[in-house]
Amino acid sequence: MGSKDFDLYRTAEEHEMLRESVRALAEAKIAPFAAAVDEEGRFPQEALDALVANDLHAVHVPESYGGAGADALATVIVIEEVARVCGSSSLIPAVNKLGSLPVILSGSEELKAKYLAPLAAGEAMFSYALSEPDAGSDAAGMKTRAVRDGDFWVLNGVKRWITNAGVSEYYTVMAVTDPEKRSKGISAFVVEKSDEGVSFGAPEKKLGIKGSPTREVYFDNVRIPADRMIGAEGTGFATAMKTLDHTRITIAAQALGIAQGALDYAKGYVKERKQFGKPIADFQGVQFMLADMAMKLEAARQLTYAAAAKSERVDGDLTFFGAAAKCFASDVAMEVTIDAVQLLGGYGYTRDYPVERMMRDAKITQIYEGTNQVQRIVMARNLP
Amino acid sequence: MTLRIAVCVKYVPDATGDRGFADDLTVDRDEVDGLLSELDEYAVEQALRISEEADEAEVTVVTVGPDDAKDALRKALSMGADKAVHVNDESIHGSDVMGTSAILAKALEKTGFDLVVCGMASTDGTMGVLPALLAERLNLPQVTLLSEVSVEDGLVKGRRDGDAATELLEAPLPAVVSVTDQSGEARYPSFKGIMAAKKKPVEELELDDLEIDEDEVGLTGSWTLVESAAARPARTQGTIVTNEDGDGGKQLAAFLAAQKFI
Amino acid sequence: MAEILVLVDHADGAVRKPALELLTLARRIGTPSAVVLGAGEAAASVAATAAEYGAATVYVADGAEFSERLVVPKVDALTQIAKEKEVAAVLVTSSGEGKEIAARVALRLGSGLLTDAVELEAGDEGPVATQSVFAASYQVKSRVSRGVPVITVKPNSAAPEAAPAAGTVEDVAVAFTGNAAKVVSRTARVSTGRPELTESAIVVSGGRGVGAAEGFGVVEKLADSLGAAVGASRAAVDAGWYPHANQVGQTGKQVSPQLYVAAGISGAIQHRAGMQTSKTIVAVNKDPEAPIFDLVDYGVVGDLFEVLPQLTEEIGAR
Repeated sequence: MGSKDFDLYRTAEEHEMLRESVRALAEAKIAPFAAAVDEEGRFPQEALDALVANDLHAVHVPESYGGAGADALATVIVIEEVARVCGSSSLIPAVNKLGSLPVILSGSEELKAKYLAPLAAGEAMFSYALSEPDAGSDAAGMKTRAVRDGDFWVLNGVKRWITNAGVSEYYTVMAVTDPEKRSKGISAFVVEKSDEGVSFGAPEKKLGIKGSPTREVYFDNVRIPADRMIGAEGTGFATAMKTLDHTRITIAAQALGIAQGALDYAKGYVKERKQFGKPIADFQGVQFMLADMAMKLEAARQLTYAAAAKSERVDGDLTFFGAAAKCFASDVAMEVTIDAVQLLGGYGYTRDYPVERMMRDAKITQIYEGTNQVQRIVMARNLP
Repeated sequence: MTLRIAVCVKYVPDATGDRGFADDLTVDRDEVDGLLSELDEYAVEQALRISEEADEAEVTVVTVGPDDAKDALRKALSMGADKAVHVNDESIHGSDVMGTSAILAKALEKTGFDLVVCGMASTDGTMGVLPALLAERLNLPQVTLLSEVSVEDGLVKGRRDGDAATELLEAPLPAVVSVTDQSGEARYPSFKGIMAAKKKPVEELELDDLEIDEDEVGLTGSWTLVESAAARPARTQGTIVTNEDGDGGKQLAAFLAAQKFI
Repeated sequence: MAEILVLVDHADGAVRKPALELLTLARRIGTPSAVVLGAGEAAASVAATAAEYGAATVYVADGAEFSERLVVPKVDALTQIAKEKEVAAVLVTSSGEGKEIAARVALRLGSGLLTDAVELEAGDEGPVATQSVFAASYQVKSRVSRGVPVITVKPNSAAPEAAPAAGTVEDVAVAFTGNAAKVVSRTARVSTGRPELTESAIVVSGGRGVGAAEGFGVVEKLADSLGAAVGASRAAVDAGWYPHANQVGQTGKQVSPQLYVAAGISGAIQHRAGMQTSKTIVAVNKDPEAPIFDLVDYGVVGDLFEVLPQLTEEIGAR
């Protein structure tokens, strides 16, 4: 009974081909360096090179700007498959989308042409600069100022927790242009690494995603042409929030990938590891753990893919779904990776096995692009 | 003039799966997922590189196989081949390499080509003789087992690293080439490539279209006969010792001495 | 008795060991005749060796074509002799070139082809070949159902046994045909002084665990103390630590020695495909979970840089 042609609740054939392609690439070109990248806290250059060579570093860029024109679900799959082997490396496609989406959503044609083409070509990466030392969850409380000076804007301030800072060429920077108006007085700009007055703090010493540099970015009288403003003056905060509706789903994708990597490793391990004369996979207690891990992960995947489809269609309930997917998938990733360490026992607690790295990497997904507490506020305000 | 490159590819059971035989002693294709033979990816890659070097070229990927073999074609198309030919006929099931080479040769003649590119062997049959058989059937020079290949001025040139010597070869087009896994890493399909592949033409052919008699192919037309196939008894694990006391080398020496190797 | 045609592979004027194995195997299914092609002045000594190992007749053909054209001249020769003499089977060594030659000969003769036999025995309806397939997880017995069986046999499938025969030399004038690629140049592989990988009775291989090109020093030292060939896993070759010519595995050489020593090799399916038919397997690996240990007759869990030198020293002391 049934029909093989029933096309609801499954990904398209091309999405699965993409997954196969990225998985093969990730296993061959990214996985071998994941442990060293973590251990040495260095940028995953091998991953960037491999992703660029196969046009997978910023698949979301529309074809009209030289990109691959991938839909939101395809982008999720790319990030997921990279994260499955290396959480740090998955921030390359994820942050390229986060950094450039404000330009795609609100930027002028000229701005898009100028900044999306190098991104698509793999010549430049794009970061997103919203948070500040004293403005995290309360992003609208930011202090970075942009003051108009003829045909220029002059930026001053500090951004903190900026992913891929220093390696990215371009930065979407939110700055206050009218302090009276609070969130409606914030505007978005593209700042280039080479702009005079831009500098970076020391890399943060983090628990996980150690291969992805996180640094402060300093703006010291950075004078940029007025046409670098993304959208109209005072729309920056709205653009920032709209961006997050879409990109929280990419964090969900990262969480899914990390969790899948941990589950896959644990699945293999329990079949090999023998205790009391049989593989530990034969013990029901172990089976229950694996069943729970797989169940939660699959639920998170379905929610994330549904949210990605909504992102592509820009559905009215996207805000809820984006927050729900990010929150749920990251909580699941934390649980699954902790259980994976547990299944490996003492071995899981050592750096000779990858699951402790995955556990450390998973933690950030509950924190960045809005903590999971903020996601619950967003969901509550946008209940379906 | 367009350089017409035909790449022969095979859909094979995944080598990492649990491969085995069906009741008729043909390869069981139901139990294990199939894919484009890894060694054929190198052929697709070299065909694409040659086509990129040429002023004008067209890459056609050709396969003989069941319905699912279209997955192998799709993969090659998503890597960048321009079109595909799929010979699919129930009578083909069970063909040996002689039968397969006969079908492929006819399909190649029908498709038209200046250069045929093959992988060094399939990852399931691992015979590595198909390119030579195609050359024999098409009466063309074989320029095979190449770790480097190029096409210039109507000549195909290549380097063949043999057991005893390295040979530099050349032959005029048309010719049959096979490339090894040393020829250069195959590209991964990009998203653009995958989307573009959906729109590329796949020509479906049956034996009638190639004027091949079904008695010549399949199990009945096979010139060889599998009498039996048995799973090799799994090797049982012998003695495992640890080097904790730093005498692992001595213990191993004692074992090798007992076995009269030293 | 039925005449079995054996293509005798030679290099530098000497018969290669797999050809002696073929002559030995041929005696199980009939009377061997040797075919010696393009040996030049060495033809007489090659023929003498073939006779020593049982060739009743030695067909000798020479000509520049054999070295200047790829594969086809040998196909021409073998086909011509097989037809003229109405032989009962044709045996060729399973090398890249050997298989190509055999395939084209089979097609010209309208005969079935079996490649990579590891065992050959006489059967009621012609020779039965044993092949090992799917990374050596299956043993298949096959025979040719049409024409003169053409069979390629893997090196190390039999121990060469001398059995002096007449070895009557018959010169053959080959009518060259066909459309063959030109061999523009040929550079002999620089000899390492070690046995040929596929022919050696003992192989010592290194893998990812060797860690660097320099790490192969301990592998080579052990190999030399055993008189063994050196192999490498795909991981080690891909990393550039050892030449591809020494790669053991599905896309490299398939070896079947008396003793295989795997050092720092995890034992992925691609590698097992190339060595699983070895008679005795020994492994040294740091990781107790490495799949290679499932195959071994003897395994040492430990650092190969400690175990191998100690083993080499022990062998030297004996």
